[in-house]
Amino acid sequence: MTSLLSQINPGLLLIVVGFIGCLVPVQRVRQAMMVATPVIGVIMLALADRGTSLAVANVMGIDLILYKVDSLNFIFGLAFLIASFLNAIYALHTDDRLQDGMALAYAGAAVAATFAGDLMTLFIFWEITAVSSVFLILRAGTKAAYQASMRYLGIQVLSGVLLLDGLAYVYKANGTLTLDTLGSFTSFDDPGAKFIFAAFAIKAAFPFLHNWLQDAYPKATVVGAVVLSAFTTKLAVYAFARMFPGFEILIWIGAFMTVFPVFFAVIENDLRKVLSYSLNNQLGFMICAIGIGTPLAINGAAAHAFAHIIYKGLLFMSVGAVLYRVGTAKASELGGLYKSMPWTTLFCIIGAVSISAFPLFSGFVAKSMTMSAVATEGYVIVWAMLLFASAGVLEHSGIKIPYFTFFGHDSGKRVKEAPFNMLLAMGIASFICIAIALPAFVPGFGYNWLYDMLPCTATAPADVCLASGKEIKVYEPYTFDHILTQMQLLMLAVLAFMLLKRFGLYPPERPGTILDTDWLYRKPGYGLAKWCGTVWGKVGPTMTGVAGGISGKAFDRLEGVFSPQGRLARGGLTSSMAMWSAVLLGVVMLVVLIAR
Amino acid sequence: MIEFITSLVPADIAAHAPALLIGVPLILAPLAAMMPNGRLAWLISIFATGFSLVMAIVMLAQVRSVEGGAVISYAMGGWLPDAGIEFRIDALNSMILLLVTTIGFLATIFGWPSIKAEIREAKRAMFMSAYLVCFLGLCGVAATGDAFNLFVFLEISSISTYVLVALGATRDRRALPASANYLMMGTIGASFFVVGVGFLYAATGTLNMAELAERLQDAQNNKAVLAGYAFILVGLGLKAAMFPLHQWLPNAYAYSPSFVTMFLAATATKVALYALVRFLFTVFGLEFSFEGSTLVWILMPMGIAAMVACSFQAVFQTDVRRTLAYSSVAQVGYMLLGISIGTAAGVSAGLFHLVNHAVIKGALFMALAGVVLTYKGTTLNDFRGLGRSAPWTMTAFAIAAVSLIGVPLTAGFQSKVALGTALFENGWWWGVAVVMFSSLLAVIYMGRILEAVFFRAPINPNKKRKEAPLLILIPLWILALANIWIGVQGGFVAGLADDAAASLFIGGAR
Repeated sequence: MTSLLSQINPGLLLIVVGFIGCLVPVQRVRQAMMVATPVIGVIMLALADRGTSLAVANVMGIDLILYKVDSLNFIFGLAFLIASFLNAIYALHTDDRLQDGMALAYAGAAVAATFAGDLMTLFIFWEITAVSSVFLILRAGTKAAYQASMRYLGIQVLSGVLLLDGLAYVYKANGTLTLDTLGSFTSFDDPGAKFIFAAFAIKAAFPFLHNWLQDAYPKATVVGAVVLSAFTTKLAVYAFARMFPGFEILIWIGAFMTVFPVFFAVIENDLRKVLSYSLNNQLGFMICAIGIGTPLAINGAAAHAFAHIIYKGLLFMSVGAVLYRVGTAKASELGGLYKSMPWTTLFCIIGAVSISAFPLFSGFVAKSMTMSAVATEGYVIVWAMLLFASAGVLEHSGIKIPYFTFFGHDSGKRVKEAPFNMLLAMGIASFICIAIALPAFVPGFGYNWLYDMLPCTATAPADVCLASGKEIKVYEPYTFDHILTQMQLLMLAVLAFMLLKRFGLYPPERPGTILDTDWLYRKPGYGLAKWCGTVWGKVGPTMTGVAGGISGKAFDRLEGVFSPQGRLARGGLTSSMAMWSAVLLGVVMLVVLIAR
Repeated sequence: MIEFITSLVPADIAAHAPALLIGVPLILAPLAAMMPNGRLAWLISIFATGFSLVMAIVMLAQVRSVEGGAVISYAMGGWLPDAGIEFRIDALNSMILLLVTTIGFLATIFGWPSIKAEIREAKRAMFMSAYLVCFLGLCGVAATGDAFNLFVFLEISSISTYVLVALGATRDRRALPASANYLMMGTIGASFFVVGVGFLYAATGTLNMAELAERLQDAQNNKAVLAGYAFILVGLGLKAAMFPLHQWLPNAYAYSPSFVTMFLAATATKVALYALVRFLFTVFGLEFSFEGSTLVWILMPMGIAAMVACSFQAVFQTDVRRTLAYSSVAQVGYMLLGISIGTAAGVSAGLFHLVNHAVIKGALFMALAGVVLTYKGTTLNDFRGLGRSAPWTMTAFAIAAVSLIGVPLTAGFQSKVALGTALFENGWWWGVAVVMFSSLLAVIYMGRILEAVFFRAPINPNKKRKEAPLLILIPLWILALANIWIGVQGGFVAGLADDAAASLFIGGAR
């Protein structure tokens, strides 16, 4: 039994149970499945051997390595499974078969893609994440959600297609698709590297490719946004860590990615959109670390991803709970909720201080590794950008979210506390946020637990850690200067917020639409198309007429020949066929005689 | 699986498998006709087809027990070949027999609800009997090694087919002219074939195909042989619905009982195509200087014409059965194109597509029979909104439909890739373009149906949710999943087709 469990990709289990879940009408039975499956998944993962191909399938002549665990994907997969477990608890109050099932299948696809041992398997599950996650947006049921979901699907499938293109190049050049040191890229000149980079870039929401995220996530259902925040982008981060470690361009992209969302997030009114922007910013830290590519940086990216999945989920959960109870997540319509929703307030604050990287919270032990790695490698400008972004994170996620929701001006709304299952999920997430950040007072507990799982430990380093040739050192987060730097930063940022607020300079929470770069293609692009349409309509009725006439005539002609009443089907059937038989006989004889 | 079934069959029976394959249905057919009610006749048919299926599996195992494929020669009644009739089973026809008996068995199981709805009680026993005769006729064509015997079995199957088609008149009177048309054209085809065999007999003095193959080598320039070749090619081409001799097919498929359509679509043209391959590559052969040019000048253009013209015709049909019927002719075009390449890879691709198409069209027409049973109509409008009211039936339909189009991970994709590869290797890159174009047309005509099924509201909103009965759903899903199985693990069927083609090219049957 255990040997069987240790050889099945836990993601596959999740996908299968997820699809079955869509068909189970009884709410309790289904939700028991949804909660239990990730737990079984974790057990399966714990039993799995590291570094060997555990399940191989041969499809159309290509060996698919369905399950391969190493120290790099272990931590990502574990985080996904934990997130999936928390999401299932968070969703217990709703009775939505499709949402429950698809959330699990989506999580499963992300897990399965993480443990994929070759590009083809990665591609297959990559696409399943795209397709299954669409339902989480669709289930919001609004027209805006429908349109956003279609845009989302289009972008995600585009990413899949690019991956498939790149994969074809890789296969042609190498004759194999396995993902190991040999499979990862060394430069953009490698066949397929550009395509695959673009595919990952879309999913990781690189600057100017990021709009799908802010477009879709805030329009998803309450549960949907929580689920979505965990998987797709972190899967892309993992994929970058696997295939593009140490690409210098990633450092700059990542740094830019941390900075630009800050401005949008500070002025945005919809809190779920604020969180989406802050998601971008957090991804920037990870991408930047992968670009550095030293063992310390890779560790930073992995630890950050792990911590981030939990606290970002927690923040989305708390805002979702508010949305569920109050019916809106707009900062301008919220405020003063701490009296009605004290527990939600507490958990939200824990999430907020975690993302802001206060010492003793998970963000600190993760992010400081990235900062140290950047500093050690001597990227001063990047370091400054990240520092600015850290202050920004505190501003928009750490202070803005709890302040405008639970404190600030009192909106006068008095609602019930969030449902128990939501509180439970948030409670567990909060516990993890703190538990993985405490200094190791008790051996095996605290941040050591997180650090022992990181890819670049001295005992079992992943392949990528050795590639950079740097020595693997034990990292110590709670040193005097780390704490001091971080506290200075945080305190100054808090002070700045208070001063701005005091003098009325902080951008007030105001309803409105923030224009992002997608404006470029959504508005002028749409306008251009519309303008062309108008011109076409005014200038070209004759042209249209001619063109329509030509295509219409072509259609008529085709129909005239091929339709049921058409020429091909007309005539006495028997006589026409007898005639054709004779003709064909004649032709065959002729051919035979000539050829002889 | 195969070993397990083989191990259950006693050696005495296994030794006489070729005779029993035909003999058991032959004896049971009149018995079925004498049954007091249709249900008993149906049960007998299940037994008969199931028995034949087991025999086919046994023979497949026997053939495959030897590397490169053994040849089973079975002398009927102990009369040795040349004087007596020989059944000759090699890699090629063991595959065809397996296909026909499998489809026959599944069709019989699935058929009962459909037969009950479409055939009057008084005629059901006779109907089943005619069906068994048709079935054994097709098996006989595939099994026999004697040219004249092949003609006899071809006629046995054809004449019973005319009866089966005509019985569609209870549902639609147009079945009668369709059957009459089919009868006349089928008879023309059969006459052409028998005339051709006559010429060969005159030239060589034997009817045994293996013997013919040897003696024909010395008679390459005999004019009678040339004439015989032309007659046989056209005669079998007509039976296999080679463009432009396909015109009997759409009406026959559209108006016959749903069960008959399903069975014929998956087997009849396939067996005729087998016979064509057998004559082209075993009895004659590429050494015949004229054969290469007929492949290039007749089969290839006709195949391509069918792929394009009949796909277009399928696009414009308003009745789903006719759409599928025209699509069948187009698919025969794919097979002809594969065969006309004249290489082992090409013939293998053609045969692979032959099997896949049987599985695809079998599933499609089974789903269609389910629709006819529960909702009567078969026009495109009747299909609107069926995705909601009959999700299981229509999901299986959709799987088969995407397989017909050739979406990756389905059977249709595998055989189209095989065909494309064979075309490329032979330098016929434009053929690949035609395959693509024809597949595009398939996207249109199947897409229209799927769009109506899944995205349109039903015309009559009172339509209740009503699924086809389990007896239809189970065989339907077996075939639908077979599509995916072949698409993912194509090795088994592709291997059969490769062996079959190889046996033709190393002269295995000689």
